[in-house]
Amino acid sequence: MERRRLAWLLLAPTLLVLAVVAFYPLAQTLAYSFTDARLGSSRPVHFVGLRNYFDLLVDPRFYSSLSLTVRFATVTVVFEFTLGLIIALVINSQFRGRGLMRAAVLVPWAIPTVMSTQMWKWMYHDVFGVLNDLGLRCGLLAAPVAWAADPAYLFPALCAVDIWKTTPFIALMLLAGLQVIPADIYEAADIDGASPLQQFWALTLPLLRPAIVVTLIFRTLDALRAFDIFYVMVGNRPHYQTLAVFNQQVLVEFSRVGPGSAISVVIFLLIAFFVFVYMRLFGVRE
Amino acid sequence: MKRLSFYALLTLIIGYTVFPYYWAFVSSIKPSSEIFATPVGLWPHSPTLENYRLVLSNAGFLQALVNSAAVCLASVTMALTFGSLAAYALGRFQFRGRTATLYLVLSMTMFPQIAVLGGLYAIINQIGLFNRLPALMLSYLLFTLPFTVWVLTNFFKQLPGELEEAAIVDGATPMQTYRLVLLPLLSPALVTTGLLAFIQCWNEFLYALSFMQTPDRYTVTRAIFSFAGVTGSGYEIPWGQMMAATILVTLPLLVLVLILQNRIIAGLTGGAVKG
Repeated sequence: MERRRLAWLLLAPTLLVLAVVAFYPLAQTLAYSFTDARLGSSRPVHFVGLRNYFDLLVDPRFYSSLSLTVRFATVTVVFEFTLGLIIALVINSQFRGRGLMRAAVLVPWAIPTVMSTQMWKWMYHDVFGVLNDLGLRCGLLAAPVAWAADPAYLFPALCAVDIWKTTPFIALMLLAGLQVIPADIYEAADIDGASPLQQFWALTLPLLRPAIVVTLIFRTLDALRAFDIFYVMVGNRPHYQTLAVFNQQVLVEFSRVGPGSAISVVIFLLIAFFVFVYMRLFGVRE
Repeated sequence: MKRLSFYALLTLIIGYTVFPYYWAFVSSIKPSSEIFATPVGLWPHSPTLENYRLVLSNAGFLQALVNSAAVCLASVTMALTFGSLAAYALGRFQFRGRTATLYLVLSMTMFPQIAVLGGLYAIINQIGLFNRLPALMLSYLLFTLPFTVWVLTNFFKQLPGELEEAAIVDGATPMQTYRLVLLPLLSPALVTTGLLAFIQCWNEFLYALSFMQTPDRYTVTRAIFSFAGVTGSGYEIPWGQMMAATILVTLPLLVLVLILQNRIIAGLTGGAVKG
């Protein structure tokens, strides 16, 4: 009894802070999304029902940003997962220099996204960039490419930054999952004459499932709210925005709190939907 | 042959993960005449620290460093203080609502910051914190606090129960046990968790961009986003200085991460294994 009271007392500061910085703003966001609130305006706020949501449904910018966000999330998650799994399998084998390898893998993760994007932007430079230089030297490119300006290359260029930055993290998550798989089941499989490929499909992948699900959820959530890479690489150009960039622009730059909050709610629902799909698809069990 | 191709693969992976950082470093120690030259030199001919000198005399950038440090330290200190108390309760007490609270905290670690941008932006304006650093110190708790609680709870759970029992037999109150027995044991975990939370704050961009307006309130990510060199021509971004600034704000953290890598990997991936 005494201990139970103390437990809640210990939790109180945390719950209070979370209420202030998370739950209250979330409720406010939801409430604002049904109004025509603006910042810095003395005009009274009106309840407008679902109008902000209907406006979104006929706004081409909403569809272009939604499609860009989903395409970006799909491409990056597929590549990051595949590459991450390969790297994790490589690190998981015994070899000299494994520590060095793990350290190298942490480098992209530890660098802030804004800085990584600037680093890549410099590598992408159309005249003085190292990618064009290397490509021309190796004969992969016939002429220099404006990676970050040419619409044909911009999307892969953006994905490449995210893939570079996040693959290592995925590799580490999957590696942690690989390391708890007991080695003797592979020995048994060897005795039974299973090929490495058969072992991978029949043993490694199923046993890795919990780690895979957690990793996929984390990554998809991250990719769906992508902001930094796009904002730094392209700015808030109206034709090349993710949902988050679109959201931030409406809210902060245009001070339109009502419509902006409606976009926030849509992003929240979209993310919740993806989590739900993953849970159903992979059947998360405790 | 098989060995050779394995090491070739390793080299390829390391090259891929390290090259962009290597390139930022090489560019930062090149003089302008080499940065803006073709063909591009893969290493500097006459390395110079000129870019670093310029960056370190850039008052705006130094101010951003100070701002970031203040915001991150304040937010992480609050997160560790509140978080370790909450983690003590969640890790070592049995009570109704414990599991539910734990799930709440876990779901909060994945909470999308953008989802509360509207509400938070309005609140910050209402209470007069717009364009003031405390707005960031507070709002960063949105991600530092749940993360801290979650990781520290796992660490508290791993401590053997005998320690606490012995302390109680000796007549210690739960709070004395926390302060004098458990917390000292967990100090390595506090350092690791604090560093990870610090990195999250240091990397944050969306709130810094939305809630701070004037250059004297910029954080490092914001400053590097709109980097203006001391001697820019106005036409070309001063890439050498920007890369020097990038190296300056990432190298200390990178070194710490590499030193603490084993513990960091354990802290980061704890959730993946236990599910």
